[in-house]
Amino acid sequence: MIEANSSVQSTVALWGSLVIGLPFIGFLLNGALALWKPASKTAVALIGPGVVIAACAAAVLGLFPAMAGGEDGQVVVTLWHWLPVGSSSIDAAIQIDHLSAVMVLIVTGVGSLIHLFAFGYMKEDEGVARFFAYLNLFISFMLVLVLSASMPVMFVGWEGVALCSYLLIGFWYTEKANADAGRKAFIMNRIGDFGFLVAMFLTWGAFGTLNFAEIVARAPSVLTYGGGVVTAITLFMFLGCAGKSAQIPLYTWLPDAMAGPTPVSALIHAATMVTAGVYLVARTNVLFAMAPVSSSVVAGVGALTALFAATIGLRQYDIKKVLAYSTVSQLGYMFVGVGTGAITAGVFHLATHAFFKALLFLGAGSVIHAMHHAYHSTHSHDDAQDMRNMGGLAKHMPVTATLMGIATLAIAGVPPFSGFFSKDEILAAAYAAGQTDPWFKLYWAMGLVAAALTAFYMARLMAMTFFGSSRTGTEEQQHLHEAPWIMTGPLVILGILSLAGGLLNLPAFVGGNAWLEHWLEPVTAPGQAARQAAGALPLALSHQTEITLIVLAVAVAILFLVVGWRVTLGRPIPTARRAPAESGFWKVLNQKYYVDEIYDAAIVRPVLFISRAFLWKKIDQGLIDDAGVNGAADLSRAIGWLGSRLQSGQVGLYVALFVVGALYVIAAAIRF
Amino acid sequence: MTSFLNSIGYNNWILSVLLLFPLVGALLVWRLPPERAKRAALVISLVEFLLSLGLWWAYDRTVPGMQFVLVAPWLPEWGVTFRVGLDGISLFMVLLSTGLLPLSVLGSWDYIHEREAGFYAMLLVLLTGMLGVFLALDLFVFYVFWEAMLIPMYFIIGIWGGSNRLYAAIKFFIYTFFGSLLMLVAILVMVWQVYRVTGTLSFNYDDLLAHAEVVRASAPWLFAAFAIAFAIKVPVFPFHTWLPDAHVEAPTAGSVILAGVLLKMGTYGFLRFAIPFFPGVAFSPFVTNLVLWCAVIGIIYGALVALVQPDIKKLVAYSSVSHLGFVMLGIWSASLQSVQGAVLIMIGHGLSTSALFFLIGMLYERRHTRLLADFGGLARVMPLFGLLFTVSALASIGLPGLSGFVGEFLVLLGSFGRHPWAAGIATTGVIFAAAYLLWAVQRLLYGRLDNPSNQHLTDLTARELWVILPLVAGMIWLGLYPKPILDRTEASARHYLELAKPGLPPITRLPLEEAR
Repeated sequence: MIEANSSVQSTVALWGSLVIGLPFIGFLLNGALALWKPASKTAVALIGPGVVIAACAAAVLGLFPAMAGGEDGQVVVTLWHWLPVGSSSIDAAIQIDHLSAVMVLIVTGVGSLIHLFAFGYMKEDEGVARFFAYLNLFISFMLVLVLSASMPVMFVGWEGVALCSYLLIGFWYTEKANADAGRKAFIMNRIGDFGFLVAMFLTWGAFGTLNFAEIVARAPSVLTYGGGVVTAITLFMFLGCAGKSAQIPLYTWLPDAMAGPTPVSALIHAATMVTAGVYLVARTNVLFAMAPVSSSVVAGVGALTALFAATIGLRQYDIKKVLAYSTVSQLGYMFVGVGTGAITAGVFHLATHAFFKALLFLGAGSVIHAMHHAYHSTHSHDDAQDMRNMGGLAKHMPVTATLMGIATLAIAGVPPFSGFFSKDEILAAAYAAGQTDPWFKLYWAMGLVAAALTAFYMARLMAMTFFGSSRTGTEEQQHLHEAPWIMTGPLVILGILSLAGGLLNLPAFVGGNAWLEHWLEPVTAPGQAARQAAGALPLALSHQTEITLIVLAVAVAILFLVVGWRVTLGRPIPTARRAPAESGFWKVLNQKYYVDEIYDAAIVRPVLFISRAFLWKKIDQGLIDDAGVNGAADLSRAIGWLGSRLQSGQVGLYVALFVVGALYVIAAAIRF
Repeated sequence: MTSFLNSIGYNNWILSVLLLFPLVGALLVWRLPPERAKRAALVISLVEFLLSLGLWWAYDRTVPGMQFVLVAPWLPEWGVTFRVGLDGISLFMVLLSTGLLPLSVLGSWDYIHEREAGFYAMLLVLLTGMLGVFLALDLFVFYVFWEAMLIPMYFIIGIWGGSNRLYAAIKFFIYTFFGSLLMLVAILVMVWQVYRVTGTLSFNYDDLLAHAEVVRASAPWLFAAFAIAFAIKVPVFPFHTWLPDAHVEAPTAGSVILAGVLLKMGTYGFLRFAIPFFPGVAFSPFVTNLVLWCAVIGIIYGALVALVQPDIKKLVAYSSVSHLGFVMLGIWSASLQSVQGAVLIMIGHGLSTSALFFLIGMLYERRHTRLLADFGGLARVMPLFGLLFTVSALASIGLPGLSGFVGEFLVLLGSFGRHPWAAGIATTGVIFAAAYLLWAVQRLLYGRLDNPSNQHLTDLTARELWVILPLVAGMIWLGLYPKPILDRTEASARHYLELAKPGLPPITRLPLEEAR
């Protein structure tokens, strides 16, 4: 690694600190307001979104241009020595390169839009200052995560965003369910973090450093292709990714995370934080390239999650729950991409997903906002998030309906919307890998089925929410209307991005130049080289096959959009109150395969029971304390009683005992 | 700063002043009426802290051995000299002790209502005792301080404690006393055996260290005696059951000193005495496995039992068992990272656990209960309390950027090479820590504010903020920039490793052979 010259270094240090620091200052200011002046909403409105927009501007105007000064656009700067021990130091260092630049842009760009929307959404909440404090802090930690130059620094951001997620899921903390959901998210993430930590320790053992640049540069010489060490490192790392990015078996926190305010779901639980796992794999892609078993596990778990979560999405009624399972499913796609070695495809889908899923969540937020308003005005206690209570909303909210329609076409993979290109790339890559490793063909097939289900549940969501007859109630309908411009404005921009996001990496067959592919090349090249060295590069697909795959995917998407639409609107939908109980397999899907219940019965309850009834009561209080400590006390009391019997008052006995004792002590001393 | 300290001859008098000043202060406080007693105690402890702060600059980080050494004859015919000094590890134990004392005084301001003068006098006596333990370089002096410190603590729990205070105080005393008697025997035997070989009777730490080879035959027994004494203090599972009782019954300041400082005397004892004297025994496969098992079990067990405690103070008490397990793991892994990490945990735990105990005490002053079931929704009426409690809990959980993480991370990083399985299992502790503390946070702060007695609770006062904010500042500083501390402990940690080396088997790594 060539050190960039010092002026480039100081430029990056300055702008990098600014990019991370501005949202952090926003956190401090909003936090202070939340504690002492919670009513000052104008200040919150200016600071909250303002610092994120400023961070975005600082990144584009200051940080990105500085990349030109580094080798392959990569500049690493040490800000301070964090954990210097002996000759090796773990530094607080940031790294800007082509991959982190993409992430910074998504985090601050989409983040800015969501912050704007969020002000409109949250301005009547009495905790709005606290809300923006947490949201700003999240952006700051997320930027630490993506700009980190080493695993431990990334871990700071990694756990920091989990903290913000925890705080924001439980934002309305007076409801136990919300606080529970927040805690569940943090603990599940921590299970993953255990994996991240072990991966760091193993990496340290093998490399003696945790800096990404050194790991990437030295991996081919330090590790053997397919060896146990690199496999262990990557598998533990993937455990971390599974926690953060909600993959099987650690996905159950994400649907519960919908308890947070909707902008949080859009920002943290769709566009940014949950993609951190994908980012980590992309960042260390050379390690995964050298561990084919791990790569297959990544892709396999991704495919399974994509399919599994999509089936649950088929039978949810809460609009946010559908989107939550959809997110889990789409994250699965991204892992299929990076697990296959198609790093660009994974990152591409990460980007397009950030656009259309943020749009979907914010659109759902607008819908919920309107529904709340309507129910509020009639003092109804019906569920404002239940799609069975909606219907025909397109009439009242045409902008939102149109934009969500665009997002639906994008996520379903209909050309020319953005999701089509990114999803197609992933499926094509999996199919290509399947030519040599049949497992990947299975992953491809699972991905294709998941795509069909995605089209189905999205058509169902759109139909139930915006079309058909209204089930909201006649009086309530008077109060349904479009959200204000501060909310729809960001939606429009996201709509344009969802529509045109494919331009980022337009493939050659439609006359594109695959810009993202080239842009990320410095980052993906080491992994490709490692695969090539091992002769494990997948064969390229023939033009014929490529076209066939695309036609197949598009046909499936359109078919299932139509089927989903028809099935949903084909018969009357009862409102949530009147709906008959679910039965059969639909009930299993509606109840999410009872996974939460299984975890609760198999893990949570036993741990609590054993801790309380056995460890605490039996071992601690019973065995150690009663039998051991107090037992010893009783014993000594008994001996004391015996001793007191000896106090007979007969001097002769005393003297005899004294002599015996003294002789014993002297004998003992001589033996030494 | 250093030149100023030199100009006033700081290095020559500081240790004797640190040891004597609180003692003299205690006599003064003892005679004062209650109101003035606590003011005087605050001033005295603040002055003591400011005096000790000079050590930060005066300490020469490049010197591995003892500095500021002070020798005075005491009982020459018995080979006892009053010999004190400090290295990079004791430096921070001293600063932790002197730093926590003024906070303890301030934190007891409205908590202690009976015999105040006596209480504050006891705190000051306790300080001298603690400093003596960390400074002693003569085994006899060490033993005297070790025992002497028990007495004020016994009274603090027994007189100013909760309803079951006598049971807790006696349990605390007997438990520790049992250990220290074993240690006394070991010290005497060791001195005697060295005397038989060298012909000089000496309790001097350096003399004993230099001749530790002499006692090889009885080393396992001597080590065991030292180890039990220290293990009880740490406390290492299964010697920990005095701790929850002592913590719950002790007044806030007592719990703070107990968790913040007293527990570290155990781990300090291992680092200073038990292992350097008998490295061959300490690192024998049997002892190593035993210690690792106890440490790892302690980490998990402490966390699991903490999870189900209905009393928040007991919950934090059990969490100490878990945290100190990491310290033991770090000490026994004997790598630079793990040992420095262990010292960082000792400091960080002193900050975060003290803050938690203070906050729990403040809550107790308002509500006279510590049962989690009695609370809920406090974030609404006590936002500052909620914020500070959450930050302290997160530091304790080991959130990176705060104090808990840096130590645990270095310990685990440094342990993994030598004991991958123990380190790997210990790493799961991060999951359980999050589970018990966040659940406690939730039951305290979140949920509905439906208990009428909680609805009019007042938030923290300025005095209470002065108690907590220094600790929180410390947690953030330690989490972000521990370099100045690591710089100062490195030479001493290396020195410890030198002493430990004779007993250490070569590292057998994980199957990392293929890693070139």
